[in-house]
Order: sequence, then C-alpha cells, then structure tokens
Amino acid sequence: MSENPIERAAAATPQPIARNVRGLSDRALAWWFVGPTIALLLAINIFPLIWTINLSFTNFKANRPNREIKYIGLRNYERILNDADIWLNMQATAHFLIWTIVLQVLIGFALAWLINRNFRGSSFWTTVIVLPMMLSPAVVGNFWTFLYQPQIGLFNYIVSFFTGVDPSSFEMLGSVDLAPWSIIIVDTWMWTPFVMLICLAGLRSIPDYIYEAAEIDRASRWRQFWTITLPMVLPFLMLAVLFRGIENFKMFDLVVQLTGGGPGSITELASINLKREAFEKWRTGYSSAFAIILFVTVFGLASIYVKALNKVKER
Amino acid sequence: MKRYLGLPVLALGGGLLSAPAMADDLTLCWAAWDPANALVELSKEFEAESGHNMSFEFVPWPNFADRMLNELNSGGQLCDLLIGDSQWIGGGAENGHYVKLNDFFDAESISMDDFAPATVYAYSTWPKGTPNYYALPAMGDANGWFYRKDWFEREDIRAAFKEKTGRELGEPKSQLELKEIAEFFQGREIDGQTVYGASIFTERGSEGITMGATGALYTWGFKYENNPGEYDMEGAVNSPAAVEGLEYYKSLYDCCTPPGYTNSYMGESLDAFKSGQVAMAMNWFAFFPGLYADPDTGGDKIDFFVNPPQNIPASTLGGQGISVVSYSDSQDAALEYIKWFAQPSVQAQWWSLGGYSAHNSVLNDPGFVDSQPFAGDFLEAMDGVQDFWQEPAYAELLLAMQKRLHDYVVAGQGTAQEALDKLIEDWTEVFEDEGKL
Amino acid sequence: MSYSITEPSSRQKTVAGFLVITYSLVTLIPLLWVFITGFKTPPDSISYPPKVFFTPSLEGYVNLFTTRTRVTPEQLEALPPPANFAEEIVRNRKMVIAGPSKFGERFMNSVIIGFGSTFLSIFLGTLAAYGFSRFKVPLKDDLLFFILSTRMMPPIAVAIPIFLMYRKLGLSDTHLGMILLYTAVNISLAVWLLKGFIDEIPREYEEAALIDGYTRFQAFYKVVLPQAATGIASTAIFCLIFAWNEYAFAVLLTSGNAQTAPPFIPTIIGVGGLDWPAVAAGATLFLLPVLIFTIFLRKHLLRGITFGAVRK
Repeated sequence: MSENPIERAAAATPQPIARNVRGLSDRALAWWFVGPTIALLLAINIFPLIWTINLSFTNFKANRPNREIKYIGLRNYERILNDADIWLNMQATAHFLIWTIVLQVLIGFALAWLINRNFRGSSFWTTVIVLPMMLSPAVVGNFWTFLYQPQIGLFNYIVSFFTGVDPSSFEMLGSVDLAPWSIIIVDTWMWTPFVMLICLAGLRSIPDYIYEAAEIDRASRWRQFWTITLPMVLPFLMLAVLFRGIENFKMFDLVVQLTGGGPGSITELASINLKREAFEKWRTGYSSAFAIILFVTVFGLASIYVKALNKVKER
Repeated sequence: MKRYLGLPVLALGGGLLSAPAMADDLTLCWAAWDPANALVELSKEFEAESGHNMSFEFVPWPNFADRMLNELNSGGQLCDLLIGDSQWIGGGAENGHYVKLNDFFDAESISMDDFAPATVYAYSTWPKGTPNYYALPAMGDANGWFYRKDWFEREDIRAAFKEKTGRELGEPKSQLELKEIAEFFQGREIDGQTVYGASIFTERGSEGITMGATGALYTWGFKYENNPGEYDMEGAVNSPAAVEGLEYYKSLYDCCTPPGYTNSYMGESLDAFKSGQVAMAMNWFAFFPGLYADPDTGGDKIDFFVNPPQNIPASTLGGQGISVVSYSDSQDAALEYIKWFAQPSVQAQWWSLGGYSAHNSVLNDPGFVDSQPFAGDFLEAMDGVQDFWQEPAYAELLLAMQKRLHDYVVAGQGTAQEALDKLIEDWTEVFEDEGKL
Repeated sequence: MSYSITEPSSRQKTVAGFLVITYSLVTLIPLLWVFITGFKTPPDSISYPPKVFFTPSLEGYVNLFTTRTRVTPEQLEALPPPANFAEEIVRNRKMVIAGPSKFGERFMNSVIIGFGSTFLSIFLGTLAAYGFSRFKVPLKDDLLFFILSTRMMPPIAVAIPIFLMYRKLGLSDTHLGMILLYTAVNISLAVWLLKGFIDEIPREYEEAALIDGYTRFQAFYKVVLPQAATGIASTAIFCLIFAWNEYAFAVLLTSGNAQTAPPFIPTIIGVGGLDWPAVAAGATLFLLPVLIFTIFLRKHLLRGITFGAVRK
C-alpha cells in the first residue's frame, strides 16, 4: 500500500472534491484529532508532574497555607535517601514484588499450559479463572480481612481443616511473620489469571508444525518444552512480568485495605508510606520528592527491562 | 430506668428563637458512632424551631480524621458545622479553617465559664489556655473501662481468683491489678466458651494505639515536655517511668488480648465485649450508654470503671468541640445552631439522649452522679484527663507515635526505650521544621 | 488439526481439565463467600466455626440501604406495627430505621463518574487513535510512548499536585473533577487499544469514501466508526471497569459529594460494631456489573489488559 493514501486519493480526485480534502492540511487535521488528548494529558499529567518536581525542592505543606514556602534544594531527597525507615519500605516493596511475580509466573504459566491441552469446557473455565482480576482491589482487600480473621474467618478455618492446627492459633494479618505472605497470597489470587492469559496467548502463537518437526526428530517431550515452548513463550512471559512489576510497584489499594501497612511497618509498601506522608502528615514538599524518587525508579527499571525484552524478541 | 426519655421535654425550648428570614440547609459533620445518632434526634428540635434543614455527614472513626482534615485542607464546603477532634484545634485556628467565636459568644452572652474548665481548655482554646475560642465544648469524653459484672460476681470465678492471687476479684485499683485480672481471665472457659482478658486499642492507621497506650503511659508519669511550651522532650517522653509504662502496655497486649486483635480500635473493642469474648475492655465513655442498653451484655451484666491509676491518676482525653467551618456559605445559620446548642435545657436533653454534655449546669446537678452508672466515673475521669499535642503539626506527631508504638507493641521490634528515643527524634524533626526548636 | 500428532491424548486432557477446574473452584471460594455472607445475619456471619448452612436473611441488604437507631423496649412497644419486611428485620434488633444510608448515593456517583469518564475517554481516544493511525503526526512514536508512560506514575505521586490544582479550581470532590481525572488515566488505554482496532480497518474504505466526495471527518464518522464499533465497545468496557474499581484517587480527592463506592464500602459499619453482611451485600451489588461485563469481554480480554500489546 502507498505510504500516503490521502495524496493518492487527492490526486485521483476531480478538482472540487480535492479541494475539499486538502481544505485543511494533513498536519493541521491530525492535530484536530490528536490535540485534545495531548492537551488533557498535559493538563492532568505533565503539568502536575512538573509541579511535583518543583515542590520537591521546597518545604511546602499543603495544610499550612500561611507558612512561608522556602526552597531548600536537595534537602528532601537527602532526608529520604538517608532514612532507614524508607529503606525498610523499599525492602517490603521488593519482597512483595519478587514473590508475587515468582508465584504468579509459575502458577500462571502452569495453568496456561494445562488450559492449552484444550480439554472440553476449557474456555468456560478460563472465564471463571479470570474473574478475580476484574474486581475492585479495595473492595476485595477489605473482604479478605474478613476471610483472614483468626477465629471466624474462612481462610484460617480451611487451613485448620486440612492441617489440624487450631484456627485461632495463627493470625495472617497480625503476625510479623505471616503478614507479608498474606498480602502476597491475595495479590496472587487476584492477578495469576493475568499472567495466565498472556502465557496462553504465547502458547497459542506457537505454530503446530514446529512441534511436528520436533516429533519427527524424536525429540522428547521434555526437550520440546525447553527448546521450543519456553523460548517461544518467553517474550510473552516477560511482558506479563513487566505489567505486574509496574502495577505492584505502585500497589496501594489492595494492601492498604488488607493490613494498612501493619503490623508495625512490616507491610508498609513505599506507596502506602507515600500516602501517609502526603495526605496524612501533609509534608507536601517531602512527599513530592519521595514521589519523584519512586517514579524515576519505576521508569528506570521499566526502561532497562524493555530493552532486555526487545533483545529477547529479536532472537 | 433513671433516664428520662420521651421527646416532650424538648418542647419547652420552642418559641425561644424567632423564626429566621431564610431557611438554610446546614450540614453537620462528625464521626459515625452512637452519640451521633443521639445528636440527630436532638437536632430535630432545632429544625422545628429555626426552620433550617439539618443534614449529617458521619464518617467512621478510622477514616474520620483523614477525611475531615482532607476536606478542610481542600477548602471544601461539605460541612457547615464540624465536631472535630480536640487535637485539630491548633491547625483549625492557625490555618483559618474554623471561625473564631469570641465576638459571637460576647454578642450572644454565651460564657465559657459555664462549661467545665478542662473541656474548654482542651476543645476550645488556641493557643492553649488563652481566651481565644474556636469551638464550643460539644462532647466531653475520656477513655475508660468496662467489664463483665456478672462474671466478676460469680462465686466459682471469685473463688478461683482468690486462690490464684490471694485477693478478692473486683474493679482494679491500679494498672498492675488490671493486668492481673486480665491474666486470670485469659484462656478461661466460661459457659463453654473460651474467653480472654481485655480488649485494648492497637489500631495502626489513625490514632488507636496511641490513645490506648497513653492511658498507661500517663498513669506512670509520661510527660510530653519537661517544661510546658518549651518542647524539651528528652527525659520526659523517655523517662524511666514512661519506658516502664510502655513495657506494661506491651505486656498487657502480649498476655491478655483475644487472638487477631492486632489492629483494633473502638469497633473491635465493642465487638469483642458484646460477643462475650472478653472480661474487660477499654473504650470511650461515649459508647457507655449504648453498652449499658445492650440487650445481651448490658444492664446488670456490665459495670464501668475509670482508667486505674499507677503512679498518678490519669485518663486519655477524647471528646470534641463544635466549630463553624470558615468555608461555609451558611455561617449565620451555623452560629444559630451553636447558640441553640449552648442552652442549658438543650444540654440537659443532650445528656439524657446519650451525649456527654460539658455544661456545668448538667455536670454540677446534684442528680448527675446517679443519673447513669458511669456518670460518676465520667466526672472522675474528666478530673485527670491529659491530651496529646494539639499543635498545628499534630498529625505528623501522631503518626510518628502510631508507628513507633505499633512497631514495638504489636510487631515486637526493639525495646520500649528505643521506641521512645526514636519518637523523640521524630518529634524533634517535626518541631525543627516548625521552627519551634 | 484433529489428526495432528501434537494433539494431547485424552488422558492428558482429563488430567489437565481436572487440575484447571480444581483451581477455578478454589479461586471462586472467596467470591462465593462474599455472596453468601450477604445473606447471613450479623451473628451468623461471625459465628465460629464459619457457617456454611444457615437460614438466609435480607438483614445485610436492609442494613446496607438504611441507617438505624437503637430504641428502648418501651419506645419499641409504643410503635405501630412494622410497615414492611425491612422494618420488621430492624425492629427484631431493637432498632428503628432512621433513614436511607449513603450507599445509594455512592453507587450513583460510581455510575455517573464511571460512565461520564468512559464516554469522554472513548470520544477523545477514538479521535486520537484515528489521528495516530492515519496521519503523519510529528514525533508519533514518542507521543504514543508518552501516552503510555503516564500509566506508570504511582497515583499518589500525581495526586499531590492534582489535589492542589483542584483546590484552586474548585474541582475537589466534584463529579466533573473525577471524570476529567479518570479520563486522563484511561486515555492511554483507550488510545492504544483503539489504534490497534483502527489499524486493522483497511484504508481503502476511507479512500473510496473520499473519492465519493466525503470530507475527512465524514469519512471518519460514517465509514471508520461503524467498522470500529466492536473495538470501541470493548475498549469502553475496559475504561468503565477501571473507573468503576478505582480507589486511590477516589479516597484522596472526594469526600461527601462525589465519593464513589470503593472508598465507601470498606467504611460500612453497623450500630456499635462491624457489620459484615452489609459489607458483603454492598460488595456483591458492586462487583456484579463487572462480573457480567467480564463475560461479555471474553474475546477481547487479553488485548484490553495488555494495552493491545498482545492480540489473540
């Protein structure tokens, strides 16, 4: 197809209509289509971002309008990066991020592989599996606190039914050892279907003839898995990891409802602390710097990762 | 039934206020709890008299501060009247959220001398103790205790207690006695159900664990400053007595709370008690009328006691004043409401419906102490109340304390000494930011 | 295909089916528990051990939609007989209905803000997607990446200046403010998805229309839009689900007037205590629309959740 069908159409068109088409230049017309979106994003995304950067160099507090606003250079950044508690937040975030991704990739891939056996009713059950991820994380998180109640909660009861331990002898949300896992369990319950769907798309993109060729070469099923299935699905898997990584780095609603960061600060993810600093303590300048640090981290990690992803795709 | 119920009493207020030229829609914001329902009932009379329409926005406690401060800070017009927490008064005054009421009080000859001094100091004044009023005391409150009187009176339980401790089972006279009783009940079988010692505040997100733990800290002699107004916290906040008090609160949490009460505040405390899980529970006096009226665990099954002293008698202050929000378009009507609310007859009705009036005419009434089983305890508690910082930066100060206390008490990290030392560091930083240190 | 040597054996299929169905059923338990808890009475909901069999009750739903006050037995005696089943349920707890709760309002806010922002996202998104798909836009790839990258910002990070901006403009706690905000968040998804759908429509259709004398806008309106209808519909549902489920912005930027259901449902409490059946009832009513949409979306699910990066 020609690079520029409009030109072609215009050239082939009788005069009066051509004028109609060319009435506005292509470029001007394009801005009519694209402009409003860009304007909205500039107003509600980019302008605020620049404002945040500006605020991050001040001592501004949004709840103290009468206070003098001073520029204090990089002091906010210094304070954040030297704060041991913030590094604990980062550790909690990393623990959450790594384990949710590992579990979701393993279970998600296994499920996709099983569904790809095309048993009867597989598409119906796929829809059922997908349901949790479509729901509101805040509402789901809130209800899981009920399921996790030590005595009356269903989760503890089921665990005790299968293991014989007393259902009031352990607290998923209240204990220092279990709380980080309780949020990982809920996130995995909710988002494994996401990884599964992407893996499924990957599996279905592998043409049958490759397996047929392998079969003729008498490659074992195991070998086929490692030499064909996994490499071909890898770009899809990496994409799933990228999406889950970005989402869980920003994670707020589900965990804030589940544990509120507790007990102590064991499950206080970076974004939960950010909310406290920004909207409960109202340290606007300080939290702006914190927000910028988080944003740069996500953006930086994601960019490096996307480069790696592209390399994998090229192979 | 000593309470005089029935609405006719209200009728006597009718006709005192002349009908205003215009009817306004007033929104009153408060926390969603039992007294709020009583206030709705009470306010019906104001609607009838003034012609204004009242609507209410009640926010559950765990979200109350968050949402209302957000509302004030965004200059929102949701609330015309706000019954805000005592600690907000500094910010409300300095940032211009609240209307200063001095001129209004003078014009309407409402005297702050008619209200209990502790409540005026805590709920109305900023800077503290000066005659600059930003609220009218609306609801006196303090943290108190209640217990299963029926269990405390059972012979078999009393005998077992005596055997174990050598003392008679009764209302604790000190914090350590309270813990002893809690330990006694912890894990005991009563009527085929396992019960636990005490339900205490451990909530992380808003103010719960601070409000609970300060109940112990104050009685051990914890102080915020060595010299009031000088922000010299070293040796006051982390004094040996304060450390001991905090260690006590942790030991009470470790030994004697029901399983799963790691993030519990008012609602969970009530649930634990009403479901018959605990022998004792702490909570605000505001809930006591509802608890007493409860069909299952109220009446002769419940009794109340003031926060037991240790080194000194002290209770954690709760309660709120009612303020006019400066962003409201209906300030005149809002002031009219306050004027109406300040009348002694309305204040008497307020107490009878379950609100805690701070008006002297109610509190000093000879019949007051006997009007409710917890009325005497309430007066005793209000005599020894202490409050958190009321600085404009109170939220930063409070959240720092929430974190340090929860890290130590519930998550078991570090020692009490370390927790309080770190707290001083946090607070010093805040006061330095404020330019006060 | 059917004779292919790669087709799994029937024993393999049975085992796979068994494992997948087991997983599905386990994963459904929490949702079923939400659903049935909505039909328990408050004491049943917190009984130990958890009750699977119980007498169903509408108390949760009644509590969800009403506020109640406790009254004394004497006052209860004096009341006329209950007018309907809701009143009867409430009176059994020694309370009377004081008025409607805020749930209805909050639900309606979710509807208004959800549909409003969806409409706006689709409107702007379709225009932009068409622009990117058919015109030479300077720095096209950069702009597209820029649009995508706005999704990477933690919501709280943007919320600080938006809070300040909205405070100045008077947009805090308004429907319009939330609609604009959700549109800004959703537009990245809308543009990326719709561009994919429009790219699939052959350009020849429009060229023919242009030759027939249509203007560019007419061609877009009369030729491209009908072709893209399915894509637009599924994009719309994705935008709606996001706006419907969103929590962080809603909790920070709304309070009484424009608050949506997600920040409201976790704060439902009963008179003096937690009321799980009411929370469950609220959650059920709130989750139901999304469940239905998900079934409609089956085919486009993958594309939607990956910003069009994976097509099937």
